[in-house]
Amino acid sequence: MKKSDRQASRPDPRLSAALMLAKGVARGIQVAGRGGGTSAPGLVADRVDARLLTKLTDRLDHGVVTVAGTNGKTTTSRMIADLLEAGGMKPVHNRSGSNLVRGVISAFASQARLDGDPGGDAGVIEADEAALPELLERVAPRVLLLNNLFRDQLDRYGELDTIARKWRPAIERLGPETTIVVNADDPTLVSLTTGIAARVVRFGFDEEGHRLESLSHASDAAACLVCGADLAWHALYVSHLGDWYCPSCDNRRPDLDAVGSNIQLHGVESLGMTVRDSDDNHAIHVGVPGVYNAYNVLAAVTVGRVMDVPMPTIISSMAAFRSAFGRIERVTYRDRALTLALVKNPVGFNEVLRMLTASTGGLEVPTLIAINDLHADGRDVSWLWDVDFELLADGEGMLATTGIRGADMANRLKYAGVAEDRLTPLSEEFESSLDAFVEQIPSGESGYILPTYTAMLRIRKILADRGAVESFWKQ
Amino acid sequence: MTEQSKRCDLKLAWLYGARMNIYGDRGNIIALTQRARWRGLDPVVVEIGIGEPIPDDVDIFFFGGGQDQEQITVSRDLAGAKGEAINRAVDNGAAMLSICGGYQLLGHEYRPYGAEPLPGIGLFDVTSEAGSERFIGNVVVESDEWGSLVGFENHSGLTWLGGGATPMGKVSIGRGNNGKDGTEGVRYRNAIGCYLHGALLPKNPKLADWLIAAGARRRHGTDAALDGLSDTMEQTAHRSAVRRAEQMR
Repeated sequence: MKKSDRQASRPDPRLSAALMLAKGVARGIQVAGRGGGTSAPGLVADRVDARLLTKLTDRLDHGVVTVAGTNGKTTTSRMIADLLEAGGMKPVHNRSGSNLVRGVISAFASQARLDGDPGGDAGVIEADEAALPELLERVAPRVLLLNNLFRDQLDRYGELDTIARKWRPAIERLGPETTIVVNADDPTLVSLTTGIAARVVRFGFDEEGHRLESLSHASDAAACLVCGADLAWHALYVSHLGDWYCPSCDNRRPDLDAVGSNIQLHGVESLGMTVRDSDDNHAIHVGVPGVYNAYNVLAAVTVGRVMDVPMPTIISSMAAFRSAFGRIERVTYRDRALTLALVKNPVGFNEVLRMLTASTGGLEVPTLIAINDLHADGRDVSWLWDVDFELLADGEGMLATTGIRGADMANRLKYAGVAEDRLTPLSEEFESSLDAFVEQIPSGESGYILPTYTAMLRIRKILADRGAVESFWKQ
Repeated sequence: MTEQSKRCDLKLAWLYGARMNIYGDRGNIIALTQRARWRGLDPVVVEIGIGEPIPDDVDIFFFGGGQDQEQITVSRDLAGAKGEAINRAVDNGAAMLSICGGYQLLGHEYRPYGAEPLPGIGLFDVTSEAGSERFIGNVVVESDEWGSLVGFENHSGLTWLGGGATPMGKVSIGRGNNGKDGTEGVRYRNAIGCYLHGALLPKNPKLADWLIAAGARRRHGTDAALDGLSDTMEQTAHRSAVRRAEQMR
């Protein structure tokens, strides 16, 4: 008997009341013109029925995929939702990236019917690092993807050790009905998934090119979690992710179930790679750029295999994938080709810089960096000093800065050794700064915009109001 | 120029750079080396790791914060000869900037909850203990010697000054050493301990130059004034951070 036959038939007045209220609040917010309205519906629904998310997800025949990690959550969960859909499932997903507990409840409530039908047959939950333990308590997933763990917004999340410590008991509680798909190139994640009851599927790179020469400054997780010695790497790909081993004990990267190799990067446009699973090599091409996205692709493909989506379906779904909003976005505005790339933390920023300088060795394209320090960005801008902006000292491209902490950013670039005649500190205000920046780009040419999260929302809104991009809650 | 840069070199020691490197504190190393270079000096940075001795000709030390586990390892490593070498260098005029975890380990001790105290090296007459609240936010400190200083604090440890200790300054926005007595940081000779991330020195150039001048004095024995630099970007960053602290208080 299918789960849905067993449960949806029984009316649940409390659940229906909670759903009705959530939908009412969401509608009210939209009528009031407040935009996405992503957490308030979840808050009220949770007060009425604290088990709403558990009940709705219990009714999903194909179960739930929960996606966690510091970087790439939104992109990867969108890839996964797309390939589940291509595989004939109907995913319910917190697609707008609202990934705290209330945001997830809001998203699932908005897609459910009042009678408690979840509105689909598979779930995809993008989980914030801090919210993961509580989300795992409410929803035992069929698949839990652990993608990476980097230093991120220390004022909000605390240090890397703190996150790992909070995740451990939640992961240990999962039973064998959950498959954890884990990035084995991350030593912390391997430690969290060793000796547990859940089934574990491991992915990682075996890549000849695109190696880093040394551990970047932003890397954490440099010590062996078994014996405390400094780890070493046979190959290093992104921050501390790679083929790691401990020189002092027998802790090392475990054997891989899915292997990514032969990565080909095509600028800020796309990438190709080979994914090897138990039986075969598969060539994959996806319209997302950079080595860091190759990890997201490998993760999504591995999850797709665990969810029994056939490989040809996965490959065609990935080929059709479009990047999540603001992560990497290309728009034409006033006859200039602008590429927006979200920057959230040191590792993510380093990877974006690596991508932008990969072909020429320096930065040649005019670039606007927009730094805010609101709650969602992290109120502490210290992290800018963990990013390797020294990469930008080479090249001729103009570097403009804006945002609430644009002045800190300009100063950071000065200390990175960027010649002062390339620096253009603009006002904190995005409207005027965007105009001033675009005017410095010759018509018909390109520019890069690198915003933190709330800066991205504002810049995107300005571009949307001026007709250059779609507004995001319509996506 | 080469002649001069050879003569004027400056040795920086970054204590436990690989382990105590959280919150962008390496920005302080970047500020010290760049501002020295812009004056034609040729600074050298040596990282001192676990088990590695302190060279006897260090001019400026930097000691940042780290995660809890690292703090324990580092405390053990500092006990004995290494701690004594740091104390001796500072008593002989070496400059020191220590922040957060580094600051705590340079005091008498750090007392965590329900665990053995971590001994410090007693360079500063301060004692730290675990607190129940985490102080997170922008901080503005008024100091006599370096004017207003701005940074970002993120600590639950509380630091109490001993009778002979001089604070770095008075907190005008934020919580500071302990959230009670209005002080932030400590100063002993040319050494400073404080809770200010940010990174601190790039937007507080007066403090950066004070450390560089002390380091240069130790190496060369003269009190030559440092050339002035155009600090427009630094001052703009400083003012915008102070404004932000005022808005968020």
